[in-house]
Amino acid sequence: MSLQLMTYLVVGATFALYIVIAIKSRAATTGEFYVAGKGVPPVLNGMATGADWMSAASFISMAGLIAFKGYDASVYLMGWTGGYCLLAMLLAPYLRKYGKFTVPEFIGDRYYSHTARVVAVICLITASLTYVIGQMKGIGVAFSRFLEVDFSVGLVAGMVIVFIYAVLGGMKGVTYTQIAQYCVLIFAYTVPAVFISLQLTGHALPQIGLGSTMADGSNMYLLDKLDKVLVDLGFSAYTVQKGTTINMFLLTLSLMIGTAGLPHVIIRFFTVPTVKDARSSVGWALVFIAILYTTAPAVGAMARLNLMNTIQIGPVGSPTGNIKISDVPSWFTNWEKTGLLKHKDKNGDGRIQYYGPSKAFAAKAASFGWKGNEMVKVDRDIMVLANPEIAKLPNWVIALVAAGGIAAALSTAAGLLLAISSSISHDLLKGIFAPGISDKAELMASRIAMAGSILVAGYLGLNPPGFAAQVVALAFGLAASSIFPALMMGIFSKRANNAGAVLGMLAGLGSTLVYIFWYKGWFFIKGTEMLANTPDNWLFGISPEAFGAVGALINFVVAMIVSNMTAPPPEHIQHLVEDIRVPGTGRR
Amino acid sequence: MSDAAKAEYWKANIRLVIGCLVVWFVVSYGCGILFARELNAIRLGGYQLGFWFAQQGSIYTFVVLIFFYAWRMNQLDRKFNVHEE
Repeated sequence: MSLQLMTYLVVGATFALYIVIAIKSRAATTGEFYVAGKGVPPVLNGMATGADWMSAASFISMAGLIAFKGYDASVYLMGWTGGYCLLAMLLAPYLRKYGKFTVPEFIGDRYYSHTARVVAVICLITASLTYVIGQMKGIGVAFSRFLEVDFSVGLVAGMVIVFIYAVLGGMKGVTYTQIAQYCVLIFAYTVPAVFISLQLTGHALPQIGLGSTMADGSNMYLLDKLDKVLVDLGFSAYTVQKGTTINMFLLTLSLMIGTAGLPHVIIRFFTVPTVKDARSSVGWALVFIAILYTTAPAVGAMARLNLMNTIQIGPVGSPTGNIKISDVPSWFTNWEKTGLLKHKDKNGDGRIQYYGPSKAFAAKAASFGWKGNEMVKVDRDIMVLANPEIAKLPNWVIALVAAGGIAAALSTAAGLLLAISSSISHDLLKGIFAPGISDKAELMASRIAMAGSILVAGYLGLNPPGFAAQVVALAFGLAASSIFPALMMGIFSKRANNAGAVLGMLAGLGSTLVYIFWYKGWFFIKGTEMLANTPDNWLFGISPEAFGAVGALINFVVAMIVSNMTAPPPEHIQHLVEDIRVPGTGRR
Repeated sequence: MSDAAKAEYWKANIRLVIGCLVVWFVVSYGCGILFARELNAIRLGGYQLGFWFAQQGSIYTFVVLIFFYAWRMNQLDRKFNVHEE
């Protein structure tokens, strides 16, 4: 069977599954639409959270990021998992105890302020909408790459699927499709990883394989071999730190705080039956996430080694040490067609030289007759996408990777869209503009808001604004500097009041936005940067991506100072705080 | 539940959270970033130890920590008789 037909079958089967689930789990009340009736068992909710959290970026881009950054990419591994500890201990159980539908709703109630609620809605929509553009792009790319349809056709197909299950089922439909999508994506991610680990090291578990010796008879550890191969070719060693320590530290912290503060993740824990379930469900979520996140470093390192060995087939500097252009494997030519991989025979020897920028190596390279690195483009995304082909795996595995990438993008997009639409229908409409509307009218409004959000996201996916690539910095920066501190203080401080929270959120948000825009241009418009985005220009060496943690600190400090200078919260708010801190009270 | 019991329950929770977050900080920021270079002198199979903490060990520890926290909190809930039915 041809690869394309196989891919259509596998992707088509997963879509049919999602639609069946959608029809079976229609939402009849606002409670079902917003929080799946609070009836999702903790393990299943953990699985849904895994799919909700792991986006097209986690599935497609992260291993490639690790492959080219090596040790420095650890910030993403720790940052995007460590946030779950903060969620489990500082936010999720208490917010579940409060038992309402949205994140801005808690902020509005706790700070007895419509202003606080609106600020939270604005932060939520900005963070989620920018994030969703990336998912839409991922869906389009996966379709056009594997099914060879036009990018826009792929995107519309994805939108239709999300439309069916998210508009019909709300959180209930999204939850049960996310569980199915988790199974698809984790299977698609681990199968090629297991095969590659077996080929390179003889160990089936990639987590063990990465720390083992090579199966090529050299008896050398894989990571040592990778370090050596890279250094011999003028790249920096894989396991050695390249960036500054302060930036690694703050970037990890920003990603952790941002993860814990992302509303579409937080609301997943509103769907479990009890506070006790909320605690363990975060643990299960991290188990399911860790399966992918501990596999990714192995995929990255092994793919990098495979790539190096594909091109450098013999000793460095020997006339026959580099692969002939006419001999490159078929995956190489296939991916060159997509433009993600590109070579250029600069010295006209009919062979490819791939080497790094180290100055010490440049003289050596010149003495070999090399005239520059000839791999002019190696897109990091192909590290996962081309992996099954590089390892010569059967077609069904390649088809599975396509379905997995689409599942990762769809599940995250649906979760984000739900967070956006519920903040529109529940926080803005029901909460502020039309408090009197009936449950049925609100349910209708939430469906319309969902449909509208999908259309906006689809439009932005088709016409991505110039800043699409900067989205991660913005989404995490906003969540870290505005939402997380407001939630945490709302639970852990009885003294934090409305003025403190609003000014704190605005200060954290404002400082983070200004810092990002300072180096990346105002609203990401090219040419409006105040300073070039280079390490020597950064304040104390802090990159714009890493500033969220500083923004959060500013938020905390401002909120505490203002709160202590103004009147304490009224008594019923203090009782509210006492009540959410204890699981079993208030109901007996 | 009396106010004194509430305060005591909350204090116990805070102590537990702080303990867990110390471990959280040590494995990631400590072993994975600040002291990674020193720890890299130690080997865990083919892994340098600092590198292992940064790309594997910290994640495993996070998982264990959350379940440990959940387990201890369940005990605490029962002790103060605030567990849910």
